Amino acid sequence: MGKTLYDKVWQTHVLAGEEGESQLIYIDLHMIHEVTSPQGFESLRTEGRHLRAPEKTIATVDHNNPTVDIWNVEDALSRQQIATLERNCKDFNVELMDYGGADQGIVHMVGPELGATQPGKTIVCGDSHTATHGAFGAIAFGIGSSEVEHVFATQCLWQKKLKTLGVKVTGELQKGVYSKDIILHLIHTYGADFGAGYAMEFFGDTIDNLSMEARMTMCNMGIEFGSKVTMIAPDEKTYEYLKGRRKAPVAFDEAVEYWQTLYTDEDAEYDAYIEIDVSDLAPYVTWGTTPAMGLEFGEAFPEASDHNIERAYEYMELEAGQTAEDIPLEYVFVGSCTNARLEDLVEGAKYLKGRKVADHITAVVVPGSRRVKLEAEAMGLADQYIEAGFEWREPGCSACISMNGDTIPPFMHCASTTNRNFEGRQGPNSRTHLCSPAMAVLAAVKGKFYDTRLDDQEVKSHEAIYSA
Amino acid sequence: MKPFTVHKGRLVALMNDGINTDQLMPSRYLSHIEKKGFGKFLFANWRYLDDEESVPNPDFPLNYPEHQGASILVAGDNFAGGSSREHAVWGLMDYGFRVVIAGNYNDIFYNNSLQNGLLAITLPKEERVALSELPPETEITVNLETQTIETPEATYHFDINQENRHKLLHGIDDITQTLEYDGVISAYEHKWNDFYQPQDRAERQA
Repeated sequence: MGKTLYDKVWQTHVLAGEEGESQLIYIDLHMIHEVTSPQGFESLRTEGRHLRAPEKTIATVDHNNPTVDIWNVEDALSRQQIATLERNCKDFNVELMDYGGADQGIVHMVGPELGATQPGKTIVCGDSHTATHGAFGAIAFGIGSSEVEHVFATQCLWQKKLKTLGVKVTGELQKGVYSKDIILHLIHTYGADFGAGYAMEFFGDTIDNLSMEARMTMCNMGIEFGSKVTMIAPDEKTYEYLKGRRKAPVAFDEAVEYWQTLYTDEDAEYDAYIEIDVSDLAPYVTWGTTPAMGLEFGEAFPEASDHNIERAYEYMELEAGQTAEDIPLEYVFVGSCTNARLEDLVEGAKYLKGRKVADHITAVVVPGSRRVKLEAEAMGLADQYIEAGFEWREPGCSACISMNGDTIPPFMHCASTTNRNFEGRQGPNSRTHLCSPAMAVLAAVKGKFYDTRLDDQEVKSHEAIYSA
Repeated sequence: MKPFTVHKGRLVALMNDGINTDQLMPSRYLSHIEKKGFGKFLFANWRYLDDEESVPNPDFPLNYPEHQGASILVAGDNFAGGSSREHAVWGLMDYGFRVVIAGNYNDIFYNNSLQNGLLAITLPKEERVALSELPPETEITVNLETQTIETPEATYHFDINQENRHKLLHGIDDITQTLEYDGVISAYEHKWNDFYQPQDRAERQA
């Protein structure tokens, strides 16, 4: 019987153990940041162990750095945590992307931008959104701090092979509908824990047509579907993306030859399989406190059929029968490892055209990395956002995790391009509504959620008039 | 890691589904660089009425007088989804929990709990509901050797992967075990390091 993409990458990395039990797998890339690494480094010291492969470890600061003025970290604990990472990287000879330098940014932006994220690799990081890197055909997953320490000391991990879940996505997305909407649709349809215990693989013509950025968005949110690992087989777009990047393999053509063998065989079988057609998919907005509590734009929020939904309505101060248009938005946040790549900012800007942010809305753009910020500035995108009334910030995780001074004020409703709408995620009593960057930007200028498909036509007809 | 064999204690129930790691350990407490002291911050958004963790919320079950000292947490389905933060486990342990009983767990959290000797048990909903309805003073025995939860009224059996059970029973340190595989690890590196040689390192060496 044939093998899945996951099987192929997994097999190459198994060093010990029987299938069905925990197996020792080699880790090709370990990305670290300031929040989940200090305890691991400290244990290395107390146990007298050394870091096995510093050259396969890369570090960046992202969770704690402020985004208004990165040089003024007000919180003493945050300062200490950043300084601890700097000292640890120095002591253990790990490359740290310079604070404020061109390579710094959210850890899941940095790996691909450097070309360190590659097909066929095993990649881990003490952060659940490590699944993002699976968009390149890697087995990439989040780990806890004890596992961070284990990788430090051994460059390996004991893991039980996951079951596989194949997700075929077909159909052409309408204008104004994005990969973020596909993943929110999947989570809504099947539930936030559907993928638990599975390595999920996306494929199908819709996936083939997505850019690397859009694929990363889908894999990033695989964890919100419960899947620890999410993958997409590499293709020409993947190789093109990686070519010439600083940490791409020196023997690039040889690498491509190997990468071309990384796909699911036609006669391979997944342990579970689902298929969706996205031709008629509408943009999504979440109304509740899990990513599964979302609906296509225009659909009425459901009746409270259990205590979880009741609780969500109480927290969000919304009720059954309302629609996304009724959400009293006061804040718009474009940022995070889900949707703060250059393409996201380009798509969002399409909806700005000569418009201003509504008076009652605070709107903020936080590019995911310094590279994205600089490119967006060079392209004139930053000016467009600033002229429309957005705040244009320094890169970082920012209000997605709200541990750096950036929070959504209590009880405010925020259109957010992030990945989690959990209670208090973006600050105590914050009310997060997940959506695509286009939806968020359009909401900022309209003052409320609006259908990006309709607006795209408005923008297009406007353009048509201009060019006529 | 502390071994886990038999634990006797009282339980507290939070039967909501989807209790995630942002609830278990809100992000604002993640800037601490130690593993200790996180118990005070466990469930902080629900447990306190202020930001300084000084005004307990009287309506939150962990704060009820009859649940003080409880060491077994009974919860709903899809427990501890979200962030990979091990701080959630450190918080549960530091608070005094040794056992969590839920419908199912996020994969990363489950691994984290194993690493710290927190026993995460899966039980069907009706059995969890029965446990949650016991009088608060009831003493419960969780026995990993016999894979049972004993109450004065009933005994519940739970399943656990035998390898994980063995590790917990003996408090095995993964790293020591893995370091014995140095030979195969080096062999992998010998075979693949050149292949993964990045351009920037190749340039530095040239």
